[in-house]
Amino acid sequence: MRAPIISMVGVLKRISSIKFALLSPDEIRRMSAIKVITPDTYDEDGYPKEMGLVDPHMGVIEPGLRCKTCGGKVDECPGHFGHIELALPVIHIGYVKEIKKLLQSTCSSCGRIMLTEDQIKEYNKILKNLKDLGGDLSDLEHITKEIVNDAASRGICPHCGAEQKKVVLDKPYTFREEGHKLSPKEIRERLEKIPDDDLIPLGINPEVARPEWMVLTVLPVPPVTVRPSITLESGDRSEDDLTHKLVDILRINQRVRENRDSGSPQLIIEDLWELLQYHITTYFDNQTSGIPPARHRSGRPLKTLVQRLKGKEGRFRSNLSGKRVNFSSRTVISPDPYLSINEVGVPIPAARELTVGLRVTPHNIEKAKELVLRGNSPVDEEGRYLPGVNYIIRSDGRRIKVTEKNKETVAEKIETGYIVERQLQDGDIVLFNRQPSLHRMSMMAHEVRILPGKTFRFNLAVCPPYNADFDGDEMNLHVLQSEEARAEARIIMRVQENILSPRFGGPVIGGIHDHITGMFFLTHKDAKFTEEETLRILKGIEYDHLPEPVEEKDGVRYYLGKDIFSLALPDDLNMSFRGSICQKRGLCKLGKACPDDAFVKIEDGRLITGTIDEKAIGAFKGKILDKIAREYGPDTTRKFLDTITMMSIGTITVRGFSTGIADEDIPEEAKRQIDELLNKAVRKVEELVRAYREGTLEQMPGRSMEESLEVNIMRELGKARDGAGEIAGRHLGLENPAVVMARSGARASMLNLSQMAGSIGQQAVRGERLFRGYYQRTLPHFKRGDLGAEAHGFVRSSYKSGLNPTEYFFHSMGGREGLVDTAVRTSRSGYMQRRLINALEDLKVVEDRSVRNTSNTIIQFTYGEDGADPAKIPAGIAVDVGEVVSDILGEEYSDELDIKESSFGTKDEAPEIEMDDLDEEGGDE
Amino acid sequence: MSDAKILLHHLVPEHQIVRKEEEEEILRKLKAKKDELPKIRKSDPVLRVLESAYGTIEEGTLIRILRESETAGMSVAYRVVVRG
Repeated sequence: MRAPIISMVGVLKRISSIKFALLSPDEIRRMSAIKVITPDTYDEDGYPKEMGLVDPHMGVIEPGLRCKTCGGKVDECPGHFGHIELALPVIHIGYVKEIKKLLQSTCSSCGRIMLTEDQIKEYNKILKNLKDLGGDLSDLEHITKEIVNDAASRGICPHCGAEQKKVVLDKPYTFREEGHKLSPKEIRERLEKIPDDDLIPLGINPEVARPEWMVLTVLPVPPVTVRPSITLESGDRSEDDLTHKLVDILRINQRVRENRDSGSPQLIIEDLWELLQYHITTYFDNQTSGIPPARHRSGRPLKTLVQRLKGKEGRFRSNLSGKRVNFSSRTVISPDPYLSINEVGVPIPAARELTVGLRVTPHNIEKAKELVLRGNSPVDEEGRYLPGVNYIIRSDGRRIKVTEKNKETVAEKIETGYIVERQLQDGDIVLFNRQPSLHRMSMMAHEVRILPGKTFRFNLAVCPPYNADFDGDEMNLHVLQSEEARAEARIIMRVQENILSPRFGGPVIGGIHDHITGMFFLTHKDAKFTEEETLRILKGIEYDHLPEPVEEKDGVRYYLGKDIFSLALPDDLNMSFRGSICQKRGLCKLGKACPDDAFVKIEDGRLITGTIDEKAIGAFKGKILDKIAREYGPDTTRKFLDTITMMSIGTITVRGFSTGIADEDIPEEAKRQIDELLNKAVRKVEELVRAYREGTLEQMPGRSMEESLEVNIMRELGKARDGAGEIAGRHLGLENPAVVMARSGARASMLNLSQMAGSIGQQAVRGERLFRGYYQRTLPHFKRGDLGAEAHGFVRSSYKSGLNPTEYFFHSMGGREGLVDTAVRTSRSGYMQRRLINALEDLKVVEDRSVRNTSNTIIQFTYGEDGADPAKIPAGIAVDVGEVVSDILGEEYSDELDIKESSFGTKDEAPEIEMDDLDEEGGDE
Repeated sequence: MSDAKILLHHLVPEHQIVRKEEEEEILRKLKAKKDELPKIRKSDPVLRVLESAYGTIEEGTLIRILRESETAGMSVAYRVVVRG
């Protein structure tokens, strides 16, 4: 193959400037390998026609043939340009705006820019100044625009005194001077007259771009390699869109020439000229507004030059910014709580394909030979996976495939400088990613664990940063190839280094769903476990010794769940907070015991009181997690997370857990109460409507009578739903699995439960009751003008009891709005994100902590103006006074001061902006 | 024309004209050339007020901006005066 990889490393060059220029007709002819005149491509025998569009002088696309210009074969010849001599000049559509500017700001008779000499000098000075102060292209554009406006506003030329007529552009490419059409020929003549010196104030460098070159007299024909034809299986040739367009141009060009030479009437020539202009315009850009796009025979619009470059599927976004990579793989993901959060399970078939390049040195040559001797699919004595070698790369860059047959001979030949491509093994560091990659935690480094099966696996605590679930999600994995990359990934990209998010200064990695439920059962009140259960829960967890048993009954030792959990905590951890299940009774503030066991108190690494739930270990909210990550570092946090994920899965397995619709059963008496409550609410609404009709309804400030009524009704019905939920809630205690999940924060909310058990409540579209549908009514089931609760979307049934047809319809209306909103939101925020990333992608923090872009311009003098790392600022508050006070004076004082919740109220709310109800809506992938 | 009142608004930070003698030292500290600094237009309302008080400010002059910050106390930024 090509030069060995080593020569590609370390060649760093900076682009100092890019110059844009115009191709002159001379240059086009000079770089042309052949003049193209024949509109046909192949003759009857299937050979390319001489001076045709696929003339072999312009390169070859068929294997075996040789280029007539350079003699190269398919992969050797890069292709050569040809050219078409245009019978009459034609405007280049890409420069219409420039031409307009030039025509308007120069004199039609002498060609000078219409500014006095003094003005020219003045403007040149400004331009020079701009250059010195580092103005960019947009500044330059600003000034040249000003100059053009200045020059164009003059009616008389200051140089020759000629009176100017107004030139207007009749889009897309016709110029008119007081109604008279200027032909491209006339325009070219005018542009030719502009002296070089007058071009500089107009923002044109005359050395590389003469304005008359914007009117084409010669058209370059791109090499055939740029527009290859494809042969269909039927043997027919199908030409590229560009070739089709060039055929059109050649045909018309030919006719224009014939008609001009034979002296046809001016009218006919002008029509043909116009047609030539059309074809050349669409050849450049087939989406020019104002002209119909050129179409293929099938009616599909042709993809011409601009279309090849523009947009998401264009050359830039698809081929230059977005490149495809090797050493990567993609498959479905599934969970594995027995992996560390730092690990990723890689299936054997993938591990066999993915390789790490090992450079052979005198120190590892024996090891390298041994590896190669294993062949490409080795297993150990028990049939387990061992890493083999797929390829070796010789010092000259040649790749040799390692097979079972040749492995001995290949191993023999290995010497220093060779690269051995070893298959993946346990402990290799890889990048793991799930799209959409919205934040930096969407791509983190994991350590490999080779596992049987076909899916990538990882610890569930890592789901939140990737926003992954296992309903068919796929993820990508990239194997790092250089020592630097591996070191960097290990130091800054590893999962454990990304537990604290720079987005809100709290943990993004943490317990979800069953972790939280499991922890709840482990630690709630005085949960006890037999020795056997305890050992099961602690399976796979490192600990010094079991805690003291709390009791012994019939020879069985019982351990307190809180003590088991304490094994996971660092020995000197002290903290206290109110958990998710807190009912805000305020007893803990008075120093009394919490009847719900919601007040978590940890002393010297022992859980004294309280239940561990979402507020303690949950992703986004876990306070213990936050504290450990902040004060003990990533290693301790990783161990803590690994331990509690295993512990909680163990607990929930030992205890057993399930939920069903029966969990929302409530007694008949409660149902009756709810019914009564809802009846009362509906009657209240009727009363409100009556009051409105009679005009006795109290008007609210700033609202019309109608609005006041609506607000009152909404409030009344909202109250009714909450009331129903409250009644249902009375019968749903913590012995109920569904309630455990809702209260501990594992999944769902009490609102969801009350909608299942009590009443679904008012449906809304755009925050208002439902009014759309028929004339003055939502459905034909109701009377016109009925303003009652049922007629406008109040669903009094519960999900469990089922909805009647009108309720079902209203519920669908509300549901539909939700779906539309999510769709609109994702697409809109996606575009916003793109714009933001485009603006920020080249910024970096340099050594002196200033933020600069690639041209070294200062964006911020100190990162964030305070130089602080947002991930290390607790929940977005720079100094947490409450924390400092409690650290120094002890817990009691901080509670007395109550700084945490009052003056720094944001601390608790900040992380809750999250994903509350966004997930899982789309069903499977 | 320009109104000095705008300087009193709590969202308008303090702007100072940097003396020519100081410039070199500042640029050296920042390890930046003038064209690598953020810019401020001559037509900026604050600059107009400064001009009415101290006379014409030439293009290329440095302006020091002092922002109060909850976290950093005071943050200092510089801008180069440009045309416009």
